[in-house]
Amino acid sequence: MVNFTINGQPVQAHPGQTILEAAQEAGITIPTLCYHKDLSPHGGCRMCIVEVAGARGPLTSCTTPATEGMQVVTESPAVIEHRRMILKLLLSAYYDRGDNKDDGRENELLHWAEFYGVSYSEFAAKEPRYPVNSDPNPFVWVDMNKCILCSRCVRACAEVQGRFVWGLENRGFDSHVVAGSGVTMLEARCESCGACVAYCPTGALDNKMSVGAGAAEKKVTTTCTYCGVGCQFDLNVRDNHIVRVTSNPSAPVNGMRLCVKGRYGYDFVHHEERLTEPLVREYLLQGKERPHGDRGPWVQVDWDTALNLTARKIAAARDTFGADSVGVLTSAKCTNEENYVMNKFARQVVGTNSIDHCARL
Amino acid sequence: MTNPMDDVAAHSQAMLVIGSNTTEQHPVFGTMLRQAVLKRHAKLIVADPRKIDLTEFATLHLRLKPGTDIALLNGLMYIILEKGWEDKAYIAERTENFDEFKANIMNYPPDAVSETTGIPVEQLYEAAEILATTKPASIMWAMGITQHTVGVQNVMTCANFQMLLGNMGVPGGGVNPLRGQNNVQGACDMGGLPNFYPAYQWVNQEPNQKKFEAAWGVSLPANIGMTVTEMMPAAANGKLKALYILGENPIMSDPDTNHIRHALDTLDFMVLQEIFPSETAEYADVLLPGVSFAEKEGTFTNTERRVQRVHQAIQPIGNARQDWEITQEIARRVIELGSRKPSDAPHAAWNFTSPADIMAEINALAPSYAGISYERLDRGERLHWPVKDAEHGGTPILHVGKFARGLGKFAATVHVPPVEMPDNDYPMLLSTGRVLYHWHGGEMTRRAEGLMEVYGQSLVELNPDDARRLGVNGNKRVRVASRRGVIEAEAWVTDRVPPGMVYANFHFPEVNANQLTIAALDPIAKIPEYKICAVKVELVK
Ligand code: SF4
Ligand code: SF4
Ligand code: FES
Repeated sequence: MVNFTINGQPVQAHPGQTILEAAQEAGITIPTLCYHKDLSPHGGCRMCIVEVAGARGPLTSCTTPATEGMQVVTESPAVIEHRRMILKLLLSAYYDRGDNKDDGRENELLHWAEFYGVSYSEFAAKEPRYPVNSDPNPFVWVDMNKCILCSRCVRACAEVQGRFVWGLENRGFDSHVVAGSGVTMLEARCESCGACVAYCPTGALDNKMSVGAGAAEKKVTTTCTYCGVGCQFDLNVRDNHIVRVTSNPSAPVNGMRLCVKGRYGYDFVHHEERLTEPLVREYLLQGKERPHGDRGPWVQVDWDTALNLTARKIAAARDTFGADSVGVLTSAKCTNEENYVMNKFARQVVGTNSIDHCARL
Repeated sequence: MTNPMDDVAAHSQAMLVIGSNTTEQHPVFGTMLRQAVLKRHAKLIVADPRKIDLTEFATLHLRLKPGTDIALLNGLMYIILEKGWEDKAYIAERTENFDEFKANIMNYPPDAVSETTGIPVEQLYEAAEILATTKPASIMWAMGITQHTVGVQNVMTCANFQMLLGNMGVPGGGVNPLRGQNNVQGACDMGGLPNFYPAYQWVNQEPNQKKFEAAWGVSLPANIGMTVTEMMPAAANGKLKALYILGENPIMSDPDTNHIRHALDTLDFMVLQEIFPSETAEYADVLLPGVSFAEKEGTFTNTERRVQRVHQAIQPIGNARQDWEITQEIARRVIELGSRKPSDAPHAAWNFTSPADIMAEINALAPSYAGISYERLDRGERLHWPVKDAEHGGTPILHVGKFARGLGKFAATVHVPPVEMPDNDYPMLLSTGRVLYHWHGGEMTRRAEGLMEVYGQSLVELNPDDARRLGVNGNKRVRVASRRGVIEAEAWVTDRVPPGMVYANFHFPEVNANQLTIAALDPIAKIPEYKICAVKVELVK
């Protein structure tokens, strides 16, 4: 263990651990912008600078390993002044048209600007420099006016997703993030996983499906309905509607990772074709024989009617032709509990082992 | 999976991915495999006829001919034995039937295997060396392995491979089938199979039958029931009269669609519990609105046997009801109306008041789920079954120290060519699967706007050589015909597929590849041979 002090407080670090990580573990906050614990350190924004006794100038705590006996100061007047300068500079190139105002997403730039008393109205750019919503990707909203060049998207795409869509184009004040060689995201082989969105500290990259949807009233952690990986995420709910899906960093299988279906494939839930009422064929209500071919029109009925009809038909088939004349297909999309009751239904209620699902398909 | 995904991602030094397009079908695990290569420099070998995305990250791409997986693996094991790379101590201590297995492997010398699989001999040696000398190594596969008439043999062959190298029951090793749908593992675990009660208790073994008879208060059948692939013919010939379907769409997902339509049409009665009027709803007599994952409480079990909570985020849409409640309501009514009356028994009644209540009955009757409770899950415990009791911490890695059955049994497996191979009339080979932007029968993803924007129509992958031969140029519409049906779709001209092969998906009803597929079944697992059938392709003029 490495022993050193931060603001006079004794702190321990593992060998090789950075000042920032050791500080975080000790519950000491150092402001950051380009740092994210899941991504390789970049050391670009210089928000995390600290003073170290004996060092020639301030050091970026996200890239500097703690060493034995080090004396670190995180909030000296000089450091604070330096951070305010960085924030002013970033704000001067930051323009927000307000498309995603009040969506509840934390904006790390504005958070620190406020913290250090750098006035948004005074310093933020008044004119856009780039078109808003500049990429046709249906899921990812790109607004380079809010980009602070932290490169978290570049690293997220490479280090989380294993795609290499984003790059930094270096042209001084006009530096910006580009997909591929300046093509669209999809042309640059984007898989629409939304990792870059999830790691963006300002909302320069955001969820296109949720623009203007407002903040969630609640977030409910649940498990994805698509593949067998079993990712977890938070459904953001407002007015009984899912307004967006956000990564939940403590998701046990996937952490912040999600794929396009998990993050953006949720709108089927509210699709207009959802079945909302029980339906039975007209011939059943009229007590007639089933017509050949087309089964005839649907009639909307109450639950009791539908359930009674169903039960009567199943009981009749069972009692007349034997238990094996009834089959049950349960569902690989449904829960364990739902599958258990289907299994109990087939075996206990009907008395058949003819139950299956599409495991094989 | 015998090993969890994070274990493979963190500890496998070599990985063989065979018959799994992981980055499209299990995307998040796919990203973990990519990162294992990028960050840890783990060695990745991909065995796949198609040049799938993962091949870009692979040390070696074995572009085998479709349906030759057993020949390939047996051929690699031949080389391993020839070089003396097998884990002799492991084989002696932990396994049995090695001699019979070895005698069989001797039928797979490299020259012959190269001929069968189309893989150059040097590549066979290279692959064998990487896998045998880089420890631990894991094998991953998906439907590419199981959806063949020899699917079960394929799986046993993977197990042989890992036992030979001592890679079973160790971190970073194992045999790791990737389960397709979100809860296909759980549906199997919960007795959604014709041969098993919950937790794989055989229905035809008397003690199990007695146990469930005592629990449920009824006499139970001793015969194994019908699989879905057997139910369809039974419906067509009038033996099966009534069908209760929960959230499945056999019209889209089952092979030989035309045959399925006929079967469902012949049924006396079908009740479908669904969230959408699916293609199968056309054949239903009663349609009951259930709920989507966002509207329910419960658990799913993922591909690594990890049980996880599903939490209700929104109220059911319209008058839809909880699926378990619907089943319970039907059960109560059938018992009341019919002649089969359960007697008094601990779990005879249908008076569940919540999913947690159902989980309590599962705890009592399914030993591998005995210790799984909502309380533990909500506390954040990581529970991979078997979880033997409320104190047991679960089993992330299977077969540690000892196989479930005692000694691991080597099996002699034999390469059998696919049932239907290209011939003069149907000269090309069709393989089917999924794409990143869609899911299964597409019931959900076709109703997700953005996904449709990126991938809005079915594309048939066609090699540039074949495209040239067929005259596919500006006009890309092709007609793909098999002995069972015809589809028309846009061709995606790409060298992802080798010459002579086309690849199609089953996400779109207008262009459902299952119009073409063959209902030839693996004799044990009854899995249809989706991966291979013979077709002819022509340009639509
Ligand atoms: S959505 Fe995913 S793949 Fe696309 S650019 Fe962002 S991180 Fe990369
Ligand atoms: S988010 Fe994607 S990878 Fe994760 S479970 Fe859902 S479908 Fe699978
Ligand atoms: S957070 Fe350390 S330099 Fe950006």
